[in-house]
Amino acid sequence: MSASSAEASGETPSKDPVSGRLLSWVSTVDHKKIGILYISTALVFLGIGGLEALLIRVQLLFPNNTFLSPGLFNQMFTMHGTTMVFLVGMPVLIGFQNYFVPLMIGARDVAFPRLNAMSYWLLPFGGILLYFSFMTGQAPDAGWFSYAPLSTKPYNLMPAQDYWIIGLICLGIGSVAAAINIFVTVLQCRAPGMSLQRVPLFVWMSLMTAILTILALPALNAALAMLMIDRLLGAAFFEPARGGSALLWQHYFWVFGHPEVYILILPAFGMISEVIPVFSRKPIYGYAFVAGSSAVIVLLSYGVWAHHMFAVGLGMGADMFFAVGTLLIALPTGLKIFNWTATMWGGSIRLTTSMMFAVAFLLEFVIGGLTGVMFAAVPIDWQLTDTYFVVGHFHYVLIGGTVFGVFSATYYWFPKMTGRMLSERLGKWQLWLWVFGLNATFLSQHVLGVMGMPRRVYTYAEPGWMALNAIAGAGAVAMAAGTLVLLLNVWVSLRKGERSGDNPWGGFTLEWATTSPPPPENFDVIPRVESRRPVWDLDHPDSADSKFEKTPEDNGWRPDKSVTSVWAFVASEAMFFLLLLVSYVVFNTDQTGDIRSASVLDVARTGLFSIALLGSSFTLWRAESLLKAGRIPQFRRWLMLTIVLGSIFIGGQAIEYYGLISSDVTIDDNLFTATFFTVTGFHGLHVIVGLIALSILLGLAVKQDRNVLSGTALKAVGVYWHFVDVVWIAVFCIIYLRFLQ
Amino acid sequence: MSNFPVFDPASPQAEAIRDLFVQVLWISGGIFAIVAGLICIAIWKFRSNETLPTQDFGSHRKEIAWIVAPVIVVLWIAAISAKLVLTYNAVPQAHPPGQQDADLIVTGHQWWWQVDYAGTDIVSANEIHIPTGKRLRVKLSSADVIHSFWVARLARKMDAIPGRENFIWLQADKVGTYTGRCAEFCGTQHARMNFIVVAHEPEDYEKWLAGEKTVPPAPTDAKALAGRSTFLSLTCSQCHAIAGVSADRSIAPDLTHLASRRDLAAGVIPNTPENLRRWLKDPAAFKPGCKMPDFKLTEAQLDELVAYLETLK
Repeated sequence: MSASSAEASGETPSKDPVSGRLLSWVSTVDHKKIGILYISTALVFLGIGGLEALLIRVQLLFPNNTFLSPGLFNQMFTMHGTTMVFLVGMPVLIGFQNYFVPLMIGARDVAFPRLNAMSYWLLPFGGILLYFSFMTGQAPDAGWFSYAPLSTKPYNLMPAQDYWIIGLICLGIGSVAAAINIFVTVLQCRAPGMSLQRVPLFVWMSLMTAILTILALPALNAALAMLMIDRLLGAAFFEPARGGSALLWQHYFWVFGHPEVYILILPAFGMISEVIPVFSRKPIYGYAFVAGSSAVIVLLSYGVWAHHMFAVGLGMGADMFFAVGTLLIALPTGLKIFNWTATMWGGSIRLTTSMMFAVAFLLEFVIGGLTGVMFAAVPIDWQLTDTYFVVGHFHYVLIGGTVFGVFSATYYWFPKMTGRMLSERLGKWQLWLWVFGLNATFLSQHVLGVMGMPRRVYTYAEPGWMALNAIAGAGAVAMAAGTLVLLLNVWVSLRKGERSGDNPWGGFTLEWATTSPPPPENFDVIPRVESRRPVWDLDHPDSADSKFEKTPEDNGWRPDKSVTSVWAFVASEAMFFLLLLVSYVVFNTDQTGDIRSASVLDVARTGLFSIALLGSSFTLWRAESLLKAGRIPQFRRWLMLTIVLGSIFIGGQAIEYYGLISSDVTIDDNLFTATFFTVTGFHGLHVIVGLIALSILLGLAVKQDRNVLSGTALKAVGVYWHFVDVVWIAVFCIIYLRFLQ
Repeated sequence: MSNFPVFDPASPQAEAIRDLFVQVLWISGGIFAIVAGLICIAIWKFRSNETLPTQDFGSHRKEIAWIVAPVIVVLWIAAISAKLVLTYNAVPQAHPPGQQDADLIVTGHQWWWQVDYAGTDIVSANEIHIPTGKRLRVKLSSADVIHSFWVARLARKMDAIPGRENFIWLQADKVGTYTGRCAEFCGTQHARMNFIVVAHEPEDYEKWLAGEKTVPPAPTDAKALAGRSTFLSLTCSQCHAIAGVSADRSIAPDLTHLASRRDLAAGVIPNTPENLRRWLKDPAAFKPGCKMPDFKLTEAQLDELVAYLETLK
């Protein structure tokens, strides 16, 4: 690994310098280069998404404008939202996490560098798939939320929607893979002495974000899979006219969508939790509260999704439940505002551009947070949801929060990434352009919402709405100009920026203990960590944290990375299957018609094949213990038997499918067949993937591969295989034995 | 305040929400002032100096003290919202036995609103007439995608969802015309899916109701008669119903009393003979993407159709 990463990072001279350098970026597995690739890709899409925003603003400049056709306008806001969330927000944050999480925990790279490269390359791939839709004549136009049934075939015939689905599935897989990588990296690769209670807050927030991503993205993937099955295979999960449910999509989308908000904001919390202490020359006030409140946010974020649905008529009980959840989540967030302010209090504050962006974050984010609390008061939401008030609210959160956090981090970490300082003068220009732009655009939109302007309208007739829309347009231009200033700043700095040295800001954490930019593999010597601020301790031996603020010692234990990653993956997959099974239960509580589970399924036969699958869990367990005992030939035999039993199950499923399809029971018949084929089909796919993995292990075992014989690989695949069996038990009980019906 | 419908309620329901909103605005403003003030003071008072500040790692007691006030605020907001949810704006789902489940049935279509007056044959479009001072139960549904029914001055917003029935209270205390909009993105012409609620004094409402119940007399004018046969011979009658002329269909707006409505095409243009003619000539010019096709009507056909439709008072 180490040799290939040094080579890939382009440090070794190549014969053809230009192609060699390019190739080094394409083939890199170095976390820093991948981080920069993520950030640059996000920047490209920021340009595209920003352009879409400007077009939207031009169209809304005055009443009855015809600059964009209604169709094109709808495509623009759909692509703007999708782009900013999936191709700008998530990638730029993952990029910074990629670059700085390993550095801040004193690691040489992430846990899985090649998986990291794959995660990154799924980003341009998914982005290109999404934008390829333009080639089909039009881009997706059902909104980034793609509410059914507007997104289903009867109302949306164009292939653009299919590109949207497939692009998002690609991006979703990449995000989950990246999150698993960060999760395992933080748990496994920390420097000696760095207990989990000593990680920098940015690392902690990245860990929290990873957990959110792992558990939230599968909800979107499940919904997308079902929508795709509706559109391409003729099922009707989301078509009310054929018995489906319009609301199920909304539930699934927001089960993903609300945690997504925290996926976008927690890393930014982490960024300013690094910046504010350094520029106040004080430690973060109440580390445990900042970290703990984020964990609370992670937990609560799964219980608030329906606050996006107060106007759909879920009933008073549900409305109040989700309102209270939403109000509760304001508490851990509000607590952090206190911590950041208290960190500055009594400090020695240097108002660098980075710090000013952090302060702007505090002020603007509080506005977004307070309007969020307004929406948690259900009746206010009933008036203002789906108006420009909402648009204003979440842009304060996402720009005031996420974007300002990222800008703050950019000015803070750019010297580390390049060895050169950004210009403070240009930085201030960027700051004030953005602060003006944000408030001009989105304060106006709050007012427009109260004036009754709905969201997502391509035009309006009211002359009274024009002035504020014009101000909003001016604000958008200011933000675009601010972005150009940033690009200029980066351009100038890369050429003739002042050299930064290793630690220009007097930073506290380990990334400042290496050169700027850090060498491949990051550190010559990994320092021993004794507190939350190892570099501060080195710089200020007299007032070292290790003397004054006792933190839990590191017991030195690190989990196995393969097994941990598989557990994280299994958690993600469990969420995916849970939602598919929920769909089954929702749609099959009372089955009518000829094609029902009772009439078409052969429980006894499938039961027999199920025994084979469950047996394979036992044989795999045997194989594991034999391997541990060092009895290699027997181990191979039991592994072989596992594969045979798994294959018998798949054979049984093939027979079942053949029987059903030849008697004309297909996925598009009714909601029973749709859910049945979806659940069992995805399970079958997982069994096949497991069989492939087991076969690879068997092949390697025959070749006496050391990794396989050491047992961790088998243990990792074993976790997955047992999981697939457990899922089948649930599937068998619910679908074949008709529990919950 | 007429520019700010949310702040200019005309029903007890909307007024309760306005009061809640104003209160929460004040609370939020106060919180913002405190937080912003503290931040500004911190920046000013603790601006950079050479001495190393005291390294303060925080205090559990202060953290917990700081959280007390927000907890109270949050509980207060939860309580006052719950009060509204359970009283003024309680969703009218349960209805007394023996009574019809709704006074008005509103169905969202891409991109217009169908209005059925329960217990009568009256079907209208994009215009809801109600008597003042009476709380009406409105049943909301959709014929295609999700829409959202929103008359800011009179009531909360509620989605109209295919395959589901939602209920809200609709009430107006003062005579007047109130703007309503579709608030959920529903496709190409989401922006042009407006409607009006016209509140009459109860006796005027009865008069209006009586007028709606009578079928307009068949035209006598030759031009209008020609228009009627054009209406029937082209495919107009496949989608539009006119009482006594073409069958009841809910594909497109019922035209029985078209000429008495204020606007055309869901609030896009005022309903005048000239506008009607322009609309018939090229619907997409006003509402690109709308479901009404351009029939390439000749000038003569246009004149006849307008003459006929104008008799539908």
